[in-house]
Amino acid sequence: MKRQAITALNALAVFAALVALWQIVLWVFHVPPFMLPSPWAVARAVGARFPLLLNALAITAEESAGGLGASIVFGVLVALLFAQSRWVRKMLYPYTLLLQTVPIIAIAPLILMWMGAGIFAVTFIAFIISLAPIIANTTQGLISVDENLVHLFLMHNASRAQLLFKLRLPNAVPDLFVGIRIASGIAVIGAITGELFAGSSRVGEGGLGYSILYASSQLQTDYLFALVLAATVLGFGFLFLVMFLEWYFLHRWHESARAPEAE
Amino acid sequence: MNADACVPEIEIAGVTKQYGNAQTVLESIDLIVAKQEFLGIIGPSGCGKSTILKLIAGLAIPNSGTIRVDGMTPQNARETISFVFQDATLLPWRTVKENIGLGLELERIPKNRRENEIAALLELVGLKNVARAYPRELSGGMKMRVSIARALATNPRLMLLDEPFAALDEMSRDHLNEEILRLRAEQNWTAVFVTHSVSEAVFLSDRIVVLAPNPGRIHAEFRVELPAPRTSAIRNSREFDAIVARVSHTLRETLRP
Repeated sequence: MKRQAITALNALAVFAALVALWQIVLWVFHVPPFMLPSPWAVARAVGARFPLLLNALAITAEESAGGLGASIVFGVLVALLFAQSRWVRKMLYPYTLLLQTVPIIAIAPLILMWMGAGIFAVTFIAFIISLAPIIANTTQGLISVDENLVHLFLMHNASRAQLLFKLRLPNAVPDLFVGIRIASGIAVIGAITGELFAGSSRVGEGGLGYSILYASSQLQTDYLFALVLAATVLGFGFLFLVMFLEWYFLHRWHESARAPEAE
Repeated sequence: MNADACVPEIEIAGVTKQYGNAQTVLESIDLIVAKQEFLGIIGPSGCGKSTILKLIAGLAIPNSGTIRVDGMTPQNARETISFVFQDATLLPWRTVKENIGLGLELERIPKNRRENEIAALLELVGLKNVARAYPRELSGGMKMRVSIARALATNPRLMLLDEPFAALDEMSRDHLNEEILRLRAEQNWTAVFVTHSVSEAVFLSDRIVVLAPNPGRIHAEFRVELPAPRTSAIRNSREFDAIVARVSHTLRETLRP
């Protein structure tokens, strides 16, 4: 407990130092506020537009969570299919690599055109971009099972279903979490990217991406900073949630998920 | 004794096993293991000791020759066989209790019967106070106990043990050896025990088969005439030392070209 408090204090100290540095840069170089607003101006912008900011944050959070949730469900199903045979894997795996390599910025306009701009299309973009790490990691976990454990199951005449649900799937859970951890960050980026293209028909209804576009076009740099801050907070929030779930489900048996007591 | 006793537990006739198409792991193996016999298999590494166990378990298929377990094919006899691997091979996400119950669960034994069986086994192998612990909280010796308890849970008639104590320190190993003999005396299973420790083989076995490598074949056989029940004191006896010396000598012979 004491150690955690010290860690938190250290982080706060670094934060304070960064803000101070920021302010010093402004004083020394006389940067105009539309290029770089002062920390105080950003804080004021957060206060002044708090409901609007919160609304944008909520919309983006919803889209990211929806996309991530869909990619977890769909990704695990695909991984289960991949685990069935080497042949299926060889045939379909290149396409998951495709998912990973196609720049989302290039296909986002296409998706919006096909599905119509809106929350659903943005969620779909977050889904597409976060799918690959889930599939890749879960498949790895499903197929990398100790051979002797498979033999053990065979000695008890285990069925295919028993092998899958009592051996391969639990074995893949730590890998699945690694996938989710990677995907959670990407899903937020995907949602914001989608919003940059899709936007919203009315002011105050778009998510963070739309608001960023809007604020930059209006040269409201202080609000733009506030939005970037909110996007970062959202990414962090997702990551912490996933890490907490990972710890919750794995800490009793898995080495990687133990509380970092010995550093 | 009933007529059943005339059927040997294991009957291996003219078995040859190759991996791939070049390397011969085992060549024309003939071996009979009687019911309730404790057979030790010893040999230098690469002589196919483990492969023999895999063949008996039906986890590997011979290229030629036949294997019968209680008159059946290995696959059909699996219900009566338990395999103990070199590593404890526990499921890390299951507690000790849940690991011991794995075989019963896979064989779809109802939960209340499973619970009774597990409770009895925890008592038998002395793991009662760690029943709810996870494998990573246990020492190597304790993990191996769980592995043995899991093997015993399905009431096997034949135990196949593949160097189960190779990774343990000598103290735990000796202790578990005594435990194995005690459990076997209570439950009367047949055992085939692969090891590379001569003294372990002598302490446990009724009979020892020495394998020679390249290709793996039976080089010699020893009957171990030590009085039962064998206790730790027997390790200090002159007879014990004499047998160990003879087996060790034979084992060294197998390495000469």
